[in-house]
Amino acid sequence: MKFFEAVRLAFHTIRVQKLKSFFTALGVCIGVMFLITVVSIVEGMGKYMENELVGKLIAINSFELRHRPSINVGDVSRETWLEYNRRPRILESDVEPVVAALPTDALWAMYSNGSIQVESSFGKPRSAQVTAFDGQYLEIKKLGVTSGRSFSQVDISTGTSVVVIGPDLAKRLFPDLNAVDRQVKIGGRYYTVIGVGESLGSAFGMSFDNYVYAPFRSPVHRLLNPGAHQIDGMIVQVATAEALPDAQEAVRGVMRARHQLRPAQKDNFVLETSDTALEFWNKIKSYLVLAGIALPAIGLVVGAIVIMNIMLVAVAERTHEIGIRKALGAKRRDILLQFMIEASTLSTFGAAMGIALGALGAYAIRTLTPMPTYVAPWSIVVGVLIGAGVGIISGVYPASRASLLDPVTALRQE
Amino acid sequence: MTNNLEEVPMTTTAERQAVLTAANTAPDKDWVIVTRGLCREYDMGGEIVRALRGVDLAIRRNEYVAIMGPSGSGKSTLMNTIGCLDTPNSGEYWLNGQKASEMKDDQLARVRNKEIGFVFQTFNLLPRATALANVELPLVYAGVPSAERHARAKEALERVQLDKRMGHRPNELSGGQRQRVAIARALVNRPSILLADEPTGNLDSTTSEEIMRVFEELANQGQTVIMVTHEPDIAAHARRVVVLRDGVIASDDRRENFTAKLGL
Ligand SMILES: Nc1ncnc2c1ncn2[C@@H]1O[C@H](COP(=O)(O)OP(=O)(O)O)[C@@H](O)[C@H]1O
Ligand SMILES: [Mg+2]
Repeated sequence: MKFFEAVRLAFHTIRVQKLKSFFTALGVCIGVMFLITVVSIVEGMGKYMENELVGKLIAINSFELRHRPSINVGDVSRETWLEYNRRPRILESDVEPVVAALPTDALWAMYSNGSIQVESSFGKPRSAQVTAFDGQYLEIKKLGVTSGRSFSQVDISTGTSVVVIGPDLAKRLFPDLNAVDRQVKIGGRYYTVIGVGESLGSAFGMSFDNYVYAPFRSPVHRLLNPGAHQIDGMIVQVATAEALPDAQEAVRGVMRARHQLRPAQKDNFVLETSDTALEFWNKIKSYLVLAGIALPAIGLVVGAIVIMNIMLVAVAERTHEIGIRKALGAKRRDILLQFMIEASTLSTFGAAMGIALGALGAYAIRTLTPMPTYVAPWSIVVGVLIGAGVGIISGVYPASRASLLDPVTALRQE
Repeated sequence: MTNNLEEVPMTTTAERQAVLTAANTAPDKDWVIVTRGLCREYDMGGEIVRALRGVDLAIRRNEYVAIMGPSGSGKSTLMNTIGCLDTPNSGEYWLNGQKASEMKDDQLARVRNKEIGFVFQTFNLLPRATALANVELPLVYAGVPSAERHARAKEALERVQLDKRMGHRPNELSGGQRQRVAIARALVNRPSILLADEPTGNLDSTTSEEIMRVFEELANQGQTVIMVTHEPDIAAHARRVVVLRDGVIASDDRRENFTAKLGL
């Protein structure tokens, strides 16, 4: 039999067995759709975390010098915690030697931060994330202003009582007003708002836009770090990823010398890169991906069972048909070819519908819920492979078995 | 019973005996069917059912043979084996001088396609295909191009006077018409033998007569026909009658002797 004849026979069957064809395609479609939608949620959250959250909150090619980690991966034991508390703090006097060890094109800043109540005469007082910094903190974080201005060199070096506040905080403290040039009160002292900063967005309902930036030498610093000359940390950004390890080593050397550590002693400070934060995220993501594989797998298994059952119901009828065809001279190859074309056509159609509906589902979730979704190309490939695979196997396998029977045996089934 | 089969040739007992006793030798090509000691057993969950227990049968080209026997005597099993739809457990089966009992799958498919036209009691038409498409099927598997296929299928349907119904599906046809489609399908690839297993078993007596006339005509035109029936008046249409009993041939004689025995 010619290939074209097999195609013709297969398409004829698809056309005349509309209901069965529909359900086969539907089974594949549901499996693929489910996989693509679920994976799009997981991937969407992942992309969101990496691009929006981690990317915005942690600058690229940067690291922070702190006396203890700001993010802890996994549980921290009591002993570790106590050890963290015994560590010497990073001091203002550490900054100069550290900067001297950095490449000249590196950006750096020192900072202290904490959560402090901020008041205004126009809205309710609000707790905000207040950061007092010296150096190129806002350049490193790539944080600009949307209205007003950012800090001048004079503001930073003399420690004027000015602040840049986040858009959420501006809205709360100055409802329906322009916050620029108005006053906020922090720790009983007044500060002039010189600018409103860009939005950092939010994640899972938590806003990152309740921030206040102030010059390190402004009075705010005393609220953040009461101990004299202590700072929370330094942030350093180098030009390229390749320059990062060298810069870290240089800073490590300086700090070990300043803390008079002997070679056998471990560091009593941390150099935290964005990797640390990414590692934290990757740990969460691994659970999400696991769920993202397990859930669609369950969906596909259910889909496969549905398809198999539809196929099985049709098998008796198809076995009889195979008996007739074999009695008239069909070779096993002819039977397999016909069923292969039939099953792959239906499966491909079903998979294509599944991709379309899955993408539509992802879009619907993205627009109707706060959950970010992203249709990963790999999920389309996996969805098509698994969906079409299940469809083809469940279509061809029974046919392959039936085609091995003597025609009489196949004909006896009705 | 009026029929006109005198021109249809028939082998003599002696001729058949000569061919059947020459074990393991290829018979002359003129003998379309020769079986020697043909056995077929079915394993019914440990219990062995012996459907054929050594059938010796020789049929020459152009013969018109009826196979009779009580229900369960092995008639269908014999027909299926002759039609290469079933494989014997032991014994020889020679088809047109070729040993069919030792053929591989693809060879058997070719034989079913080219040498055999099989008419079933239950028609076995594809329910969703038109009469024409059903008749075309053997030609599809023979690799005949579609224009020639159409022409030949139409011609075969004309031979059974069904060319007016070729666009109809089986469920739009009467039982007799369906069986005509099946006969056209069996004939379309010009097989060397036409096999029919109780072709009138599902038909009323008037329709049965019509179908029998079709077979009779084919036999008169020189078509080798082997037909299973358990109705003596159907068998009376044949030239030679083989009687099976418990999986062996009980008698093999000219129709006149057989009908005389039954007092017809
Ligand atoms: N597929 C089968 N499985 C088991 N037994 C079978 C099968 N086909 C036929 N038989 C048995 O073989 C014997 C002959 O059957 P069959 O050839 O159909 O007889 P007939 O056509 O003369 O009525 C019967 O006893 C029947 O039960
Ligand atoms: Mg029978």
